[in-house]
Amino acid sequence: MDLLSMTAVELSQAIREGRTTAPEALAAVFAQIEAKEETLHCYITIEKEKAMQRAQEVQAKIEAGELIGPLAGVPVAIKDNLCTEGTLTTCGSRILENFVPTFSAEAVELLKNAGAVIIGKTNMDEFAMGSTTETSYFGVTRNPADPARVPGGSSGGSAAAVAAGECFFALGSDTGGSIRQPAGYCGVVGMKPTYGTVSRYGLVAYGSSLDQIGPLTKDVADCAAVLSVIASHDEKDSTSMKREDTDFTSALVRDVKGLKIGIPRDYFSEGLDSQVKEAVLKAAKVLEANGAVLEEFDLSLVDYAIPTYYTIAAAEASSNLERFDGIKYGYRADAEGLHQMYKKTRSQGFGEEVKRRIMLGSFVLSSGYYDAYYLKALKVKAMIKKAFDDAFVRYDLILGPVSPTTAPRLGESLSDPLKMYLGDIYTISVNLAGLPAISLPCGRDDQGLPIGLQLIGDCFSEKTLIRAAYTCEQAVKSAGEADAGQNTPGESAVKDGENPQTVKDETVADSKTGVMTSAGKEA
Amino acid sequence: MAKQYETVIGLEVHVELATKTKIFCGCSTAFGGAPNTHTCPVCTGMPGSLPVLNRKVLEYAIAVGLATNCDITRYCKFDRKNYFYPDNPQNYQISQLYLPICRNGHVEIEGKDGKKNVGIHEIHMEEDAGKLIHDDWADRTLVDYNRSGVPLIEIVSEPDMRSAEEVIAYLEKLRMLIQYLGVSDCKLQEGSMRADVNLSVREAGASEYGTRTEMKNLNSFRAISHAIAGERERQIDLLESGRKVVQETRRWDDNKEVSYPMRSKEDAQDYRYFPDPDLTPVRVDDAFLQEIRDRQPEFREEKMARYAEEFGLPAYDIEILTGEKALADLFEQTTAICGKPKQVSNWLMGETLRLCREKNVDASDLCFGPENLAKLIDLVEQKAINGSVAKEVFEVMFEENIDPVSYVEEKGLKTVGDEGLLRKTVEEVLQNNPQSVSDYKGGKQKALGFLVGQTMKAMKGKADPAMVNQLLKEFLG
Repeated sequence: MDLLSMTAVELSQAIREGRTTAPEALAAVFAQIEAKEETLHCYITIEKEKAMQRAQEVQAKIEAGELIGPLAGVPVAIKDNLCTEGTLTTCGSRILENFVPTFSAEAVELLKNAGAVIIGKTNMDEFAMGSTTETSYFGVTRNPADPARVPGGSSGGSAAAVAAGECFFALGSDTGGSIRQPAGYCGVVGMKPTYGTVSRYGLVAYGSSLDQIGPLTKDVADCAAVLSVIASHDEKDSTSMKREDTDFTSALVRDVKGLKIGIPRDYFSEGLDSQVKEAVLKAAKVLEANGAVLEEFDLSLVDYAIPTYYTIAAAEASSNLERFDGIKYGYRADAEGLHQMYKKTRSQGFGEEVKRRIMLGSFVLSSGYYDAYYLKALKVKAMIKKAFDDAFVRYDLILGPVSPTTAPRLGESLSDPLKMYLGDIYTISVNLAGLPAISLPCGRDDQGLPIGLQLIGDCFSEKTLIRAAYTCEQAVKSAGEADAGQNTPGESAVKDGENPQTVKDETVADSKTGVMTSAGKEA
Repeated sequence: MAKQYETVIGLEVHVELATKTKIFCGCSTAFGGAPNTHTCPVCTGMPGSLPVLNRKVLEYAIAVGLATNCDITRYCKFDRKNYFYPDNPQNYQISQLYLPICRNGHVEIEGKDGKKNVGIHEIHMEEDAGKLIHDDWADRTLVDYNRSGVPLIEIVSEPDMRSAEEVIAYLEKLRMLIQYLGVSDCKLQEGSMRADVNLSVREAGASEYGTRTEMKNLNSFRAISHAIAGERERQIDLLESGRKVVQETRRWDDNKEVSYPMRSKEDAQDYRYFPDPDLTPVRVDDAFLQEIRDRQPEFREEKMARYAEEFGLPAYDIEILTGEKALADLFEQTTAICGKPKQVSNWLMGETLRLCREKNVDASDLCFGPENLAKLIDLVEQKAINGSVAKEVFEVMFEENIDPVSYVEEKGLKTVGDEGLLRKTVEEVLQNNPQSVSDYKGGKQKALGFLVGQTMKAMKGKADPAMVNQLLKEFLG
């Protein structure tokens, strides 16, 4: 049995049915890590023994019928800006090179409770600031599709680990595209949920008003399963929302009939690579062929998203990162006196990109500039949200590319930070507006590099996103099957009706199919 | 001095709120724990931790706002004040700048020329910092985060005060209101109430304010008075000699009674305030506001009027009893049990406050309760013990909160009611003191006092002095 070709949901089912075990699955992952990690460097920390012990415990619980969920026994990788009790959490920074948290992030706790087995902590751009995973203090991660290229970022370690089979799924965080963009570059599924859906407790903050934790998975069904586990109302996070509709697997239905999809012209203009454009529009046609209604429109303010984002995110980051001062934890430089200690610790502890954003953020918040920069950015942010609100009066979803190009070569981006910032143009307005969006593979360019399709929904419309993404994924898959004349494992989440646990999910899915799209929008 | 100067003073008063837990986490606010034992990831600024507002803090802040006639901000926010210092674990303090919870209030004080209003510019909520402990021996500094995150309100007045007396009256007024609300004990010495004084001088009659300085580290009313006098003089001296007052923060040294500049406006820090994205804006709805309004207590002025009407107490008693919320509470509770307001008042104003002064005990820290005080009053009223025994018993009660009834029983302090025994004792005393007897008969009234004393002594104090007096007169008559 080729365990690594299974999705997370398939694996947990195989474990429950006794076809394999959690320790076996973990061993397969470690064999893959053994083979690939030296080249790719997806992880900062791997805890093999701890994971093995955990896999055995989980296996016992699965056999005792205590763990029955779709993530039980499944090996997972955690981005290194999510606190893990007793396990090094560096945020890819020298300043936290020795930091071991005393508690775990809420999302990590929820995964543990669901029986997922944590393998280790994935590499990332330092404090999630970057789009390539090259700003990590611990070295670059390479793209499994082409090791000469970056995996994207900042959740590049997580995306590469999923793509390379060095885990079955991973958690990432997305402040301006940090889940969706590396998912796109690496050819996996990544989702940024509505702001407030996943608790930020235990996520080391970058831009607090924009940060969201989300899944990076092999397919849409896994994405729905992971999101269902990590979405929660958490009293420890004041910005956490109370949501009832968190069984996202109910949306795994192949049906987009009547779904109105808006295609913003601004997302297909200057700067977009022609192969990316072609692949994305082809995916749109697939949805149209399945009954969706496509319409081009003008989404206003697209050009303002980048300056607005870098003003707000940098401002928040400059304050959020103040706590790293050498006093309480983390790296401390040798120095005479308090002031010198602060100065040296922070000069040596932070990398270039982080320092650049701290300076930018400190500047826009400084007295005399606050109104002109920060306050103005907040106003533009509200206008961007309004532009999306207007669009969602007409459309159920917005469709576009994730990034203007496929993965760049290592070293290409950092030489020109402004160009790197422009690469976030399609993803960052989603964070500014607090919206959910999903990135899924929609083909490859002529060099074999993955291309990502982005679907953006209104607040709390993750189910619509999942339904559309699932439909698109399955349609492409069936087309492939028709060509090859054989079954693929991707469909089993829906097919395996014999299993008592999935029957329940399916029933819910069926009963809700008819109401997925609000009547008002269809009318 | 030819010119007349007017002092203009505004106050920033920090009050520590008496909530059980901290403002943004569930840690205890109790004093005196071992260092860093009342801490968690939130109040030690651990990466990934997030603040959640304690609802009680909001309630208390609004209650103070209502008591000081403020407008309550129905949509308020928290802001971050960024500055690096090791007692501040996140290197930003969560406070309120743009939309503080209360604005535009005032309190009435008794000034030299009658009543006047002191305006309240705003009241905002914020978190306290930790404490640095300098270990000179080992040449190092340690941090204790037990106080980090303890809730504070800062009450910012308008520059409406003109003298140290008005400042003290204003502070007393705030202290009284806040104590009556029960939201803080407001002790300057212990730091649960702290005042920074903003002061400027100007020529009498001038319409523009002068340049002000801010004085910190004032830990008593006395320090505040002295600092105001000193700073007024310093500023006038500067102006008289043709120099300018520099806008700066000064630190008061209470031992030397002088102030030193801490930092001037030029090197004032830029705190880079901005709304804290980890905390959602607070909406105060009508129901919540009404709930707090309904819970507002009877304040001092209302209490004073009621005491006069309900208990018929003299104005002097009322002034003293209501001067401390704890005393007023004890008065009302004891009176409710024994029904003798004047006697209760006498015990509180007399012995209680005497012992408080003598033993340096705050009226809010009294250990005995109304039940025992009522019992003691009843014992006296029933003539079961006499006045001097009662005072002795009270002193023990003040120290150890004993039950006076069982204590009197145990120690055998009850007045002897046996008239036969008393007659016999009086006869003996008269026999043993012939000189005094003849003195009395010779017209020396003072001799009677001596004989009463001797009889009381023979009775070991356990006699009713009035009865002794009467019997002696009978025998001598």
